[in-house]
Amino acid sequence: MRIVMKMGTLLSVKNLKTQFYSSGRTVRALDGVSFDIEEGGAFGLVGETGCGKSVTALSILRLIPYPPGKIVEGEILFRGKNLLALTEDEMRSIRGKEISMIFQEPMTSLNPVFRIGDQMMEVIMLHQGLMRPQAFEKAAEMLDRVNIPDAQRVMMQFPHQLSGGMRQRVMIAMELSCHPFLLIADEPTTALDVTIQAQILRLIKEIKKELHTSILLITHDLGVIAEMCDRVAVMYAGSIVEQAGVEEIFEDPKHPYTQGLWGAIPRIDQEKEALAVISGSVPDLSQPPLGCKFHPRCSYRFDPCDRMIPPLFQTSHGHLVSCYLYEGGKNLE
Amino acid sequence: MNESKELKTSQTADVWRRLKRNRAAIAGGTIVLLFVFIAILAPLISPYPPNEGDLAKRLKPPSREYLLGTDPLGRDLLSRVIYGARISLQIQLVSVLIALVIGTLLGMVGGYYGGKLDHFIMRLMDILLAFPGIFLAISIIAVLGPGLTNLMLAAGIYSIPQFARIVRGSVLSLKEKEFIEAARAVGENDFNILFRYLLPNSIAPIIIQTTLRMATVLLTASGLSFLGLGVQPPTAEWGAMLSNARAYLITAPHVATVPGLAIMLVVMGFNLFGDGLRDSLDPRLRD
Amino acid sequence: MLIPVLIGVSLVSFSLLHMVPGDPAVLLAGEDANPDFIEALRKEYGLDKPLYVQYFQFISHVIRADFGISIRNREPVIKLLKERFLFTVQLSFLSILIAAFIGLIAGVISSTRQYSIFDNLSMVGALFGISMPIFWFGLLLMLVFSVHLRWFPAGGKGTIVHLILPAIALGAASSAVIARMTRASMLEVIRQDYIRTARANGLREFIVIYKHALKNAMIPVITVFGLEFGYMLGGAVLTETVFSLPGVGRLMVEGIFQRDYPVVQGSMLLVATTFVLVNLLTDIAYAFFDPKIRYE
Repeated sequence: MRIVMKMGTLLSVKNLKTQFYSSGRTVRALDGVSFDIEEGGAFGLVGETGCGKSVTALSILRLIPYPPGKIVEGEILFRGKNLLALTEDEMRSIRGKEISMIFQEPMTSLNPVFRIGDQMMEVIMLHQGLMRPQAFEKAAEMLDRVNIPDAQRVMMQFPHQLSGGMRQRVMIAMELSCHPFLLIADEPTTALDVTIQAQILRLIKEIKKELHTSILLITHDLGVIAEMCDRVAVMYAGSIVEQAGVEEIFEDPKHPYTQGLWGAIPRIDQEKEALAVISGSVPDLSQPPLGCKFHPRCSYRFDPCDRMIPPLFQTSHGHLVSCYLYEGGKNLE
Repeated sequence: MNESKELKTSQTADVWRRLKRNRAAIAGGTIVLLFVFIAILAPLISPYPPNEGDLAKRLKPPSREYLLGTDPLGRDLLSRVIYGARISLQIQLVSVLIALVIGTLLGMVGGYYGGKLDHFIMRLMDILLAFPGIFLAISIIAVLGPGLTNLMLAAGIYSIPQFARIVRGSVLSLKEKEFIEAARAVGENDFNILFRYLLPNSIAPIIIQTTLRMATVLLTASGLSFLGLGVQPPTAEWGAMLSNARAYLITAPHVATVPGLAIMLVVMGFNLFGDGLRDSLDPRLRD
Repeated sequence: MLIPVLIGVSLVSFSLLHMVPGDPAVLLAGEDANPDFIEALRKEYGLDKPLYVQYFQFISHVIRADFGISIRNREPVIKLLKERFLFTVQLSFLSILIAAFIGLIAGVISSTRQYSIFDNLSMVGALFGISMPIFWFGLLLMLVFSVHLRWFPAGGKGTIVHLILPAIALGAASSAVIARMTRASMLEVIRQDYIRTARANGLREFIVIYKHALKNAMIPVITVFGLEFGYMLGGAVLTETVFSLPGVGRLMVEGIFQRDYPVVQGSMLLVATTFVLVNLLTDIAYAFFDPKIRYE
């Protein structure tokens, strides 16, 4: 079956549903997530802790451990294939090669008993079929590219001999060494010092341009989103509630949750006494509320909100909102 | 201080609850209880006197008359196994008590006072631990000579280092906590601090170690008796019974199977119970 | 840190002769030796000198590998010890190999299939392993495999075949300990982030487990190997007795019964010192295998 994708779309997630089972309860971590990433694009996924951003990333690479988790529905279209329909072997040839991922904790993401060079070369040799000497060169070259000084020496070192920032650079080098089409970055700078954060983000941006890699950036930090992404999706309790270009979503947030999130950012140009707070708390995903998951906390809720989950309405071009307030717009589902 | 007592009782209730749900603890505890009952009631439930044998009826297989058969000297195996439980329990209790008291004292003193005293005590423990496992008990017997009393002493001394280490570790980690500082600030003397604050809070690892030690001591004591270094004939002890059974392994294997099985089951019981206790007392393993 | 312990061990061995009730010279000569002989012995062994002098004499002899003369058969103790200690070392070595093999494999597979039938069975098996008396297990093995099945000889030395049953009996408890430890260590390691990274890079599961995970999990297990080998050296006496093997454990026990104090002293000293050295080597090995310690 030939899968037809829109021109220029690299990754298309359609109605992804992932669930976790524990002590008799089913947690609906992802409840129908859909978005597209363009070739060469930088897509941001933002939301509070627990909203399902990381689960989305792991689901794309099919790294959800079973048990207790399982992808129960949806399609993930990538370069003409549905990733959810591939065999495990086929998936493995995509991981680290066509889609790569870097994680939040650089301190613990590298194997402590193997040298840096060995770990990098293992991936390069696996996916590119190079012999050791060439793999060594390639790895050293990548370390150079991420601005690690004295790359050859670092290749011989062990992870514990490097700082957090250096380790994250090594991760970036390792994950980009096979020139993937898509790099998923799950909170890549959260665990790092503020000064290092800026360096790492800049690095990711440069490499993205150089290697024409698309990026899926997952974060709760709105500043990072503003800096890095061209398109943003806001997640809440396992669903995407709003999606738009980065400028538009900051200037004209439409979903009440997004507005609440933005309202909680302290701003230099405004005089406010207290930070705005969204009252209430995140719902229990094993027993989510009926209808729109945000409606118990929403000050705009009205009749349909507690009966059915609102579909994605399109307001202006490319701006999608899952909220009955915008029902007049085109329904895209 | 009343608060800490309340906290203690609710903690105890909590532990008891978790213990009741832990399958290992239940299985192990049942075996241990059975063992203790048999040991205590031995004179009442034993069908025959353990040391009187009818040579005409030696090495008989299990029958109605002798439920587990007879041993090489015509003695009823079942009775000897039952009395064996009694002797084993006695050995275990005395040995573990010796080790518990001395080891705990050494550990408390070393951990609390630190410095040269601690060093000295730890070196002593290291010297004891330089003799691997049962070899240490054998070495002690070499000095004291074989016999039941010496066996209990040897098994006791051999278990001291573990208790000392565990208690010392506990005291070291508790020593810096605020409630100890508070006690010192109100002028409590060292003796009180040791026995009314530090010791009660170290109870959990001590209890676990005691249970597991009961298992080890049984294995060691029966091993020593098997070698002839522990209990002397004609006393009915499981290890010694196995030693007698060796020569008749082919002709009357039941004589060897039963006592060994008894040892294994009781040791398993204590191990299971100890594991279950450890899981119930570990604050990290909340259900 | 090592030296005080070794000194302590030598002190304990030395004092054996003096802690046993009775005149050391009489003990050494034998109860019914004639008085002149006893006096001659007393002079020769320096038993009339003060204790600390005797101790230094003892140490100086030991350093020159002179453990005295066996009372029973008038041979140098060192000669007896050499053969029999070597035997016990061989037996223990074979035993730890078997135990490590079984324990590691069981531990790793259990950890990858947590809560499965295999896992439950091997953990139950481990429980049996640590609860079974070695001497009973040895007897059972002998009964089944030597007597009934006739696969292995029932005792004596000779070839490796003779050592297999005793090695299994000796290693049962250790393999249980190793299996448990490996399983626990692997379970910890598999949850780590770097394992997630390895999978995310597309590595095969086999490589992830047996290369990336195992190498990390093994580090604490190595210390257990050393300890268990040491316990085997000490606990071999039970197996040697069951299978009538010429090991140092049996030598010592016989020495105790025959009141052959030089033999007992020599055995104690040798086994304890070896155990201390084994522990030291294990510590070094641990530092060697953990890059965090080695490269710092």
